[in-house]
Amino acid sequence: MSWDLVANVVVAGVLTGLVYGLMALGLSVIFGVVRVVNFAHGEMMTIAMYSAVLIFGSLKLDPFLVLLPVAAAFFVFGYVLQTGLINPFITRPEHTQFMLLIALAIIMTNALLMLFGPEARSVQVDYQLESFELGGVLLDKVRLYAASVAVVAAASLFAFFRFTLTGKSIRACADNHLGARVVGLNVKRLYGLTFGLGAACVAVAGCAMVLLVDVTPSLGPYYTLLAFVIVIVGGLGSMTGALLGGVLIGVSEALAGLLIAPSAKSMFSFGLLILVLLLRPQGLLGKRS
Amino acid sequence: MSNQTGVHRRRFNKALVAAGTAAALAPFGILRAQSAKLKVGVLLPRSGFQGLIGQSCQKGADLAPEVIKAMLGVDIELMNADTETNVDVARTRAERLIQEGAHVLVGAFDSGQSAAIAQVAEQRGVPHIVNIAAAPQITEQGYKFVFRNFQTAGDIVREGLALIGELFQATNTVPRTAVFMHVNDTFGQAMARGIGAFMPRLTQLPFRIVDTISYDPAAKDLSVEVSKAKASKADFVLLVSRLNDAILLRREMAKQRWNPMGVVSPGSPGMYEEQFYKTLGKLSEYCISNVPWYNPKAELTKTVEKAFLKRNPKDQLVFHGLNAGFTFEAILVAADSFKRARSTDAKTLADAIRQTNITSKMMLGGPIKFNEKGQVEGIGSACVQNLKLRPTVVLPVSAAETKPVFPMPGYKPA
Repeated sequence: MSWDLVANVVVAGVLTGLVYGLMALGLSVIFGVVRVVNFAHGEMMTIAMYSAVLIFGSLKLDPFLVLLPVAAAFFVFGYVLQTGLINPFITRPEHTQFMLLIALAIIMTNALLMLFGPEARSVQVDYQLESFELGGVLLDKVRLYAASVAVVAAASLFAFFRFTLTGKSIRACADNHLGARVVGLNVKRLYGLTFGLGAACVAVAGCAMVLLVDVTPSLGPYYTLLAFVIVIVGGLGSMTGALLGGVLIGVSEALAGLLIAPSAKSMFSFGLLILVLLLRPQGLLGKRS
Repeated sequence: MSNQTGVHRRRFNKALVAAGTAAALAPFGILRAQSAKLKVGVLLPRSGFQGLIGQSCQKGADLAPEVIKAMLGVDIELMNADTETNVDVARTRAERLIQEGAHVLVGAFDSGQSAAIAQVAEQRGVPHIVNIAAAPQITEQGYKFVFRNFQTAGDIVREGLALIGELFQATNTVPRTAVFMHVNDTFGQAMARGIGAFMPRLTQLPFRIVDTISYDPAAKDLSVEVSKAKASKADFVLLVSRLNDAILLRREMAKQRWNPMGVVSPGSPGMYEEQFYKTLGKLSEYCISNVPWYNPKAELTKTVEKAFLKRNPKDQLVFHGLNAGFTFEAILVAADSFKRARSTDAKTLADAIRQTNITSKMMLGGPIKFNEKGQVEGIGSACVQNLKLRPTVVLPVSAAETKPVFPMPGYKPA
């Protein structure tokens, strides 16, 4: 087996894994602060992918160029969803939260099915099939751009939580819910902002992902499951863990495909999940509860 | 006048008795067997990752009642069900169609789903006519109610490989190696077994398979698979695919700058589907599929094409020929049997299907006649190449519209 084959496969795995990581980052942020498990996460990403397809179809705008407006729209959507629908469920038993979000996911999938039909849709940009060559390694342009976007988006989110007052308030909420309320923070508003940020992350990931994968309404559950696998491997609630989990899953799937059998790729990522659950239940970078 | 009235009264009394008897017997299904209309349960994967192909098959089903009414004078009611590309859904939908009164089931494009439906049909004693599905075991179980007017994987592979030999002869090429890539589902595995069994016997083929790569039918990314295939340095790709994965694969080959002599399917869907051309544009060109195909010169094809264009004015039959053609023929078999049986009784209908002998048909090959296993033999294949963004028959020479192009322009040895 030649080194350039292994290098090509690993690089593709890292690049795809970074986009996976960004998608899972949204789930991790929402859970880390609001403590709600978003079962509609993959469906939200599918909606973002369809948004990019629609915009490209009508205005011929590259999904990378419409990242910010789509993310802004999803931020508003997430904020409204949290403050209008999910907040009343925060104090209720967890199973009612689960059912609420599963119901939301089903509604989203069926709405997409009604609007767009079952067939796959894609965005074809001019550079879709182009690649850079670096030594013996081929860097797929789309994958490289998508991974770069994921890195920039994740870095911006880290910076927001670390350096802005609102970000620090949200972290305070996550660390000590009661303490945050005692010092007068508007927790419900901060929850809304957090869900909005999580949704914006998903939107950015969706706009990047639509250039890698054709979108169908039934894609949602697959990505929800993938996001769960990634955040559990990386550590639920850990932002760095989500990115690391994404890269690990991306690379391990790619290597499993190369070294074992391509059809064993998902089997391998679920094997990794079981291993992490057994040896480090809090995830690689998660805090022990 | 009074006499006439008396006759009327007697007739009325008889009618009353008949109606009463009918009402009394109807719940026991005794009169069901004399229904004037044949209810055909059509099961197809109209959503999920096989959704586009299922919809393509559905086009053949939708035009069937009108065409068959004109041909045979038989009334057909279609009862459509979406299997959602899921074996379990296929099974439950088949159960429900039977409960709702379907006299015969048709479907379901995919081997796994068709096998599940066949099980239900056999248990419930309702005829099932498989439109498209190649796994040999479907007609190897000794079922009495399951029939298939489509090639088995073995037939497809045998015909497909023979056509590959003809292709090399026609283009004076001698590829030495192939990488075999196949979708890892019931159909893909059956085809892989078929290739494994037939390749050693076909000594006239100049190539050997240097690597076999199977992949998930719902794969979202085939970059690893294509990297592996490229690393094998094979002269051409022998591909058993579905639609979405064929698109992914062809796209990934371009991204990885891999230009083998060609991509040749020994008999699988994907590369002749309309969506393949729509999504890939020029990248779809020169791919080759050796598949059961329709006879463009047949009278029935012309009739079907007319009905197809009436229903789908913006579409062309050539992009749905295989899917729509075999689905239409499956319903034709049901209607023809119903006409001869004059009954919707399941056993009578199954016996009539067994006696089928349809010579005026749309698809290539001999007449539609079922053997003792319920399988039609002698269905022909054609070598169909994507040229000028449409499937074009290039072999056998007798049916060819133009000459094959092989290797693909831009071929560079790996």
